[in-house]
Amino acid sequence: MSEQQQAGTPAGTVTGAESLVKSLEAAGVTDIFGIPGGAILPAYDPLMDSPIRHILVRHEQGAGHAAQGYAAASGRVGVCMATSGPGATNLVTPIADAHMDSVPMVAVTGQVPAAAIGSDAFQEADIRGITMPITKHNFLVTDPAEIPRTIAEAFHIASTGRPGPVLVDVAKSALQAMTTFTWPSEIHLPGYRPVTRPHAKQIREAARLILDARRPVLYVGGGTIRSGASKELMTLAELTGMPVVTTLMARGAFPDSHPQHLGMPGMHGTVAAVAGLQKSDLIISLGARFDDRVTGNLDSFAPGAKVIHADIDPAEIGKNRHADVPIVGDVREVLLDLVLALRTEADAGHTGDYEAWVQFLAGVKSKYPVGYDKPADGGLAPQYVLERLGVLAGEDAIYTAGVGQHQMWAAHYVSYERPNTWINSGGLGTMGFAVPAAMGAKVGMPDKVVWAVDGDGCFQMTNQELATCAINNIPIKVAIINNESLGMVRQWQTLFYNSRYSNTDLHSKRIPDFVKLADAYGCVGLACESPDDVDATIAKAMEINDVPVVVDFRVHRDAMVWPMVAAGTSNDDIKYARDLAPQFDEDDL
Amino acid sequence: MAKHTLSVLVENKPGVLARIAALFSRRGFNIESLAVGPTEHAEMSRMTIVVNVEDSPLEQVTKQLNKLVEVIKIVELDPTAAVQRELVLVKVGATPETRGQVLDAVQLFRAKVVDVAADAVTIQTIGNAGKIADFLRVLEPFGIRELVQSGAIAIGRGPRSISERGKPVAVPVPPAANS
Repeated sequence: MSEQQQAGTPAGTVTGAESLVKSLEAAGVTDIFGIPGGAILPAYDPLMDSPIRHILVRHEQGAGHAAQGYAAASGRVGVCMATSGPGATNLVTPIADAHMDSVPMVAVTGQVPAAAIGSDAFQEADIRGITMPITKHNFLVTDPAEIPRTIAEAFHIASTGRPGPVLVDVAKSALQAMTTFTWPSEIHLPGYRPVTRPHAKQIREAARLILDARRPVLYVGGGTIRSGASKELMTLAELTGMPVVTTLMARGAFPDSHPQHLGMPGMHGTVAAVAGLQKSDLIISLGARFDDRVTGNLDSFAPGAKVIHADIDPAEIGKNRHADVPIVGDVREVLLDLVLALRTEADAGHTGDYEAWVQFLAGVKSKYPVGYDKPADGGLAPQYVLERLGVLAGEDAIYTAGVGQHQMWAAHYVSYERPNTWINSGGLGTMGFAVPAAMGAKVGMPDKVVWAVDGDGCFQMTNQELATCAINNIPIKVAIINNESLGMVRQWQTLFYNSRYSNTDLHSKRIPDFVKLADAYGCVGLACESPDDVDATIAKAMEINDVPVVVDFRVHRDAMVWPMVAAGTSNDDIKYARDLAPQFDEDDL
Repeated sequence: MAKHTLSVLVENKPGVLARIAALFSRRGFNIESLAVGPTEHAEMSRMTIVVNVEDSPLEQVTKQLNKLVEVIKIVELDPTAAVQRELVLVKVGATPETRGQVLDAVQLFRAKVVDVAADAVTIQTIGNAGKIADFLRVLEPFGIRELVQSGAIAIGRGPRSISERGKPVAVPVPPAANS
């Protein structure tokens, strides 16, 4: 859509608002999620004549998460827009979320007129100051002539290097003033030069460690997804035979069905994935950041392992765990170079010997699969719902999740076979992420089936976006895993607070009636409380593609997420069920 | 903990100081002193930041600083290969009985009296942190009424400039960003 606007050519006099909309078009934007208000109002007028689709959400938080879901599903930059003050502050949670999970996103906010800035004007908030620690970069624009350059820089910064959110705050006076629109042909950011090409010496050193190791493991993080490196990861894994773990942010980067895949590591990781890291002698970290939910107590994490740490962000390397071989670079480029180096070695007859290690882990994997007990009363097991949903919706569908038990079950029991099919809030842990993220994912990838897997607590934080979905023809599907409580908190109360359930009972099998709520929002509402009805209910939901569908899966409330490493303890103390610790036959190693 | 002096070249734009100060506070580092001003290039400012920190957290804070888009370059200045100075203005009690001793101290430390009142003098001195601490210790008995320090500034010895660098890299603009 930028064809009519050739780079570098002036195009007459326009308002700042027109310049903003033209800039967004020139940056390739096709969809924006937002809500107008006083300060941003001038921008909404030319937006009406723009080919850009603006989706009017019901809460700015929904706009932000939708932009995240859009970006994560499609790989394009997600865009959200809000007015000054409360409109902008409502974006704070999604911006922080995008910052933690490296989601490319641009947030455009209106600001009070330049002359009023600092006067505590109506709906004034220093959103640039507020978002400094949670954006990759942010701007305040008071000069309309700066609008095109700022938008170009914002999209460049958001989408390159380690992706992240960029906020552009534009004063109303700049939107109203007259200016000329010239889309810049070049960007000058002297302090921003992300390194994507890995250093050859580091690659050689990494290859040497990989060949010398006896118990190596590929520790795959969200950076592998953002870098689009799944194919290259598969090549390296199959070339070497090394086992693979995929973190919560990397589910789908490597197929769950692949025999070398040990599953997800961490606090609720599989026994095999936790053991695979814990007992390894070499961790090859690919776009992962040794988060506390993965490492548990850092001092006792993988005590015998050397670390090759590849990341595009140098600040992640050595932040939590010492890196023996640091590699700054894009994961895809790192993998391409590593494959090349190891192929050359293999041609010269040098390959790693991991046979005993692979056998050991295969034993752990088959002895301690992720599993659950059916509720004794014949009630519905939440894990069963996710298991069936994964089978019936299939590997082509996109799954988003909120945060809590349902998120962990969705991470474990749906089998992810390809990247960008699993979208969740990993770092910030934002309850209420699922519905708006699913909305964004569906807008970004309209031909995909998109399921929001949500908890009854999470769902009640952002479900107003069902109205947006119903009205704007965004037919997402929502699976509420309704255990009528804040389930993960309740689980901790069961385990660590003597089953004293302080303020975790939501009564959501009584209030609200989710089926009626769905109906009120113009969606189809379904309910299911017996394992016998799960398949038929999912099939029915899959048949409805003209409006959003909400399924209230009324599940057993005492189901817990296992395995579990209690917060702050060592990964050695993993339990695969309550009070049950795995026994490792380490003589095999 | 050891004292480190960082020279930070930044783009001369509003809000840069706030970003840097906020980053130090968020990552839990205390800034001992921070001085900022223009440089030989109009588009660049230079900050001299003195921090008290171990080596490994220093590496982390340097990396985090480097991630700020408006930070162009960070150099840690080795005290043996750099000249470091700070400016102090100090108002000291000086009665007819003690004035002579105060002026002796001023001379010994090659400081300068910049204001005189009936029972006090204001002294200016420039030096490194060690010299200034010594000077203040000597003045202490006369009664320090008011003290203001500029924070350290520092520059590497030798002919090279830290702002020397290759031609700025220009990147072609999106639509590439969103396609």
